Amino acid sequence: MRPIANTRSAAGITTGRLAVWWVVGSEIVIFGGLLASYIMHRLAHASWAEQAAHTNVWIGLFNTFVLLTSSLFAVLAHYAAETERNGPKAARYLLFTFFGGLTFLLVKAAEWTIEITAGYTVTSNGFWSFYYTAAGLHATHVLAGMIIMLIVAHAARQGRELHRVELIGIYWHFVDIVWIFLFPLLYIAK
Amino acid sequence: MPESAPAPTHEAAHHEPENWVLKYLWSTDHKVIAMQYLVTGVFMALIGGFFAYAFRMQLAFPGAEVPGYGLVSPSDYNALVTNHGTIMIFWVAMPVLVAAFGNFLIPLMVGCDDMVFPKINRLSFQVFFLSAVVLLASFFVEGGAFGGAWTAYPPLSAVGEYSLTPLGSTLWLVAVALEFVAFLLGGINFITTAMNSRAPGMRLYDIPIVVWMIVIASVLFMLSVGPLIAGAIMLFMDQQVGTGFFDPARGGDPILWQHLFWFFGHPEVYVVLLPALGITAEIICIFSRKKLFAYRTILYTVFATGILSFTVWAHHQFIAGIDPRMAHIFTITTLLISVPIAEMCFVYIATLYKGSITLNTPMLWGLAFIFEFLIGGVTGIFLGASGADIYFHDTYFVLAHFHYTFFPIAIIGTYAGITLWFPKMFGKMLNDRLGKIHFWGTIIPFNLIFIPLFFLGGLGQHRRIYDYVHFPELMRENVLFGLGMQDLRVLATVSLLVMLAFQVVFFVNVYLSLKNGPRAGRNPWKATTLEWLTPSPPPHGNFAELPTVYRGAYEYSHPDRQEDYWPQWEPEFGPGAGRG
Amino acid sequence: MIEYWLQAASTYAGDIDFVIELVAVIVGFWFFLTVGIFFWLIFAHRVSRSPRAEYLTGDEEQPKKFITWAHMLVLVCDVFIVWAAVQVWYEVKQELPLENGGQPQVVRVISQQWAWSFVHPGADGVLDTADDIRSVDELHIEVNRLYHYELSSKDVLHSFSVPVFRLKQDAIPGRVIRGWFEATQTGSYDIQCAEICGIGHALMPARIVIETPEQHAAWLAGHSPTQLAAR
Repeated sequence: MRPIANTRSAAGITTGRLAVWWVVGSEIVIFGGLLASYIMHRLAHASWAEQAAHTNVWIGLFNTFVLLTSSLFAVLAHYAAETERNGPKAARYLLFTFFGGLTFLLVKAAEWTIEITAGYTVTSNGFWSFYYTAAGLHATHVLAGMIIMLIVAHAARQGRELHRVELIGIYWHFVDIVWIFLFPLLYIAK
Repeated sequence: MPESAPAPTHEAAHHEPENWVLKYLWSTDHKVIAMQYLVTGVFMALIGGFFAYAFRMQLAFPGAEVPGYGLVSPSDYNALVTNHGTIMIFWVAMPVLVAAFGNFLIPLMVGCDDMVFPKINRLSFQVFFLSAVVLLASFFVEGGAFGGAWTAYPPLSAVGEYSLTPLGSTLWLVAVALEFVAFLLGGINFITTAMNSRAPGMRLYDIPIVVWMIVIASVLFMLSVGPLIAGAIMLFMDQQVGTGFFDPARGGDPILWQHLFWFFGHPEVYVVLLPALGITAEIICIFSRKKLFAYRTILYTVFATGILSFTVWAHHQFIAGIDPRMAHIFTITTLLISVPIAEMCFVYIATLYKGSITLNTPMLWGLAFIFEFLIGGVTGIFLGASGADIYFHDTYFVLAHFHYTFFPIAIIGTYAGITLWFPKMFGKMLNDRLGKIHFWGTIIPFNLIFIPLFFLGGLGQHRRIYDYVHFPELMRENVLFGLGMQDLRVLATVSLLVMLAFQVVFFVNVYLSLKNGPRAGRNPWKATTLEWLTPSPPPHGNFAELPTVYRGAYEYSHPDRQEDYWPQWEPEFGPGAGRG
Repeated sequence: MIEYWLQAASTYAGDIDFVIELVAVIVGFWFFLTVGIFFWLIFAHRVSRSPRAEYLTGDEEQPKKFITWAHMLVLVCDVFIVWAAVQVWYEVKQELPLENGGQPQVVRVISQQWAWSFVHPGADGVLDTADDIRSVDELHIEVNRLYHYELSSKDVLHSFSVPVFRLKQDAIPGRVIRGWFEATQTGSYDIQCAEICGIGHALMPARIVIETPEQHAAWLAGHSPTQLAAR
């Protein structure tokens, strides 16, 4: 049972949103710390540009497109859930978002396979260490988001917990924005 | 909250679980979770205290067998001091001050039935418990526990060949990272409950200071810990995957870890300080029957301290090889932070002015907190001033300084909180006489431990050395009142033994009071905040009827009232009275 | 204050001690003032003397001004401390002084788990020549002469600390850190490693031997690898 505490909103913002913003806030500082460390190192090592030249911008660009599209579906799901109050429709859109995430991960897996076979492993150089660590941390967030999305979609299909569609959407946009930072820093900057 | 879901009634939401496991181990009740944190924290404090006993014995009587431990080898010594520090900060101060008091007090003080997300709350404790198990497990793996200091500077912490504890280092790191996750989860509840679930009528400036303090502490923690979590991931990769983020031989930078660590490490001091300050504020108001002096000023000083705390981290690294010019900036920011902290101290002391002071056990702890923390604060100025830090850095002066901050926070603050809210937690009064014996038996030896250490630091004694016999300058005779340096070490150790022995009095007191103590009643201290409205101990669901708030938290000795306290929950007694 | 317990043997030791004393005086004043008021209030307003407290919100001007004034004064004190600290820091750590007219002596300090090795420039006063003198756990220098040091580490962090000089500097693998000292009295003193560096951290004691020019010349002659080889 939900405590009464959960139903109050003295600050004028729902508790769920407050909680998700808290999670996003703590994630921002985690990725912020990692990326700041990367940028400091990158500035100190001009030679990393040669390594960065071996990343595949086109694959990165494709993945950016996939993630942005999936975010669009997250927005549509939110609209369906909140304005139309149509659970099944929201669930369907969430499923599209889920498949966007899945495509992203599959492409990433293929990309990493190519790079690792070409000899660029996590230990070969500082750049590749950051490349795999930052993208890997991001990918685990994508995976976590996908799992939660399935749970939320399952409930939404039965018309329950529709407010959660918005919450998972906020999180998904955040994951998307992290990638928007990673893509130029890891792929484009050469 | 979706509009579609029917708002549950108070009755339906709170049927207490019957099953023992569901009631005490798998509970989502904030009070039970608070007790879980408290018990785990006290248990870890006993372990941390035992470590202190073992290495202080080694320092006083080098090479002698320590009763109950055995011989302390150099690697044992390093592991003991490292884990003493880690445990006392992350597994004692954090769970007890932030989590136990936060969980117990926030819902009661803002007048609601539970935390907003009880299941996340339970998960938070479970992750925390797991982290404690992982840390303790590191003592039983091959190579032993990590011994590279609680700051875990790489390359020592990153490379197994240097530390000789490859598995211990990793377990230490994983435990700390899990602990961070636990408190990020806990923070969700603290902030949402305090922000959103306040009782009707409770405005921002009616919230008790201790709730404010715990919420601000959680925010500081959340904002500062992220970079260190990123750092922990990188360090883990260095340890187990073979990357070189912090290894200069492979293009890494060991100083980077120090920045990430101290960017968290300095605000962390305030994370544990603020709840202790909040507890002290409650105590001083209750037992001097005074309204808190300048409530808003205190909040502003806390905000200022919080913001400034993000700008001072490199004062831990003055001599670490950073650009010397950076020291000037960090000296200025560090000394600036003395202004809000000093102001806070003045405000607390001003609250005593024209009060009506009763010196019972909680009040003694509260006042001792101010006095001892003041010593910790003023000695910090020596270390923040870059020119003086060249000499004092990494000496026992530093050690004594931060024990004068952390001991008041973690131990005095905890005892202050427990003695104040014990009647609420368990429904029985603690014995005041035993409480005072315990108080003096803790405070006097505490000062006798660390004042000699200030002197040893001033004499040049550096830290984390298991035996000073190889340093002639640190074995001198007749340095203070005819005592030699080794005599001072023995004095500190003996004082520690006395202090540890007196802790038994506390446990005896708790046992006897629970068994034979007088019943507490709802409001034994005649206090004003909402937790004193509930029965002692509060039942599942806390309040029979959820309260409404009519005024600020500290309306003591109001001139319009016969009674010297005016609880927050008491309705107005006529038009124009009360809130103006 | 520090000098009373531990002698000062470098040109800047006195300046560092001055900062410490200045802070001690300022901070001591505030500490004793605050503690005095604190205990006096506890005594003066105990329940037997003052059965009913007064209602003060702390928002009124009259009582609040004591706090405002005090906190302004704290800020002023901070300025003095910063001024002294920054000056001394600049002298000791930031600026690398040069000897009048000539090159200063340079010694190399190399730290490793768990020993110090020192490279002295030998009689010709220049490093990386055939007469460099290497020594372990013993650094020989001349009194009243400016030295630059080049500090490095072979493995983990260490810290080069000479308490009588009031000097401390971390060693970082992969970097060479430069600094300076000038001894003012002869004698043999402790060198510590002040940064934890593994299980042998306590076993890194070294000595700094400060000699008169004559003694130092004799030591150089007795340990010069070229002269030893010629013998």
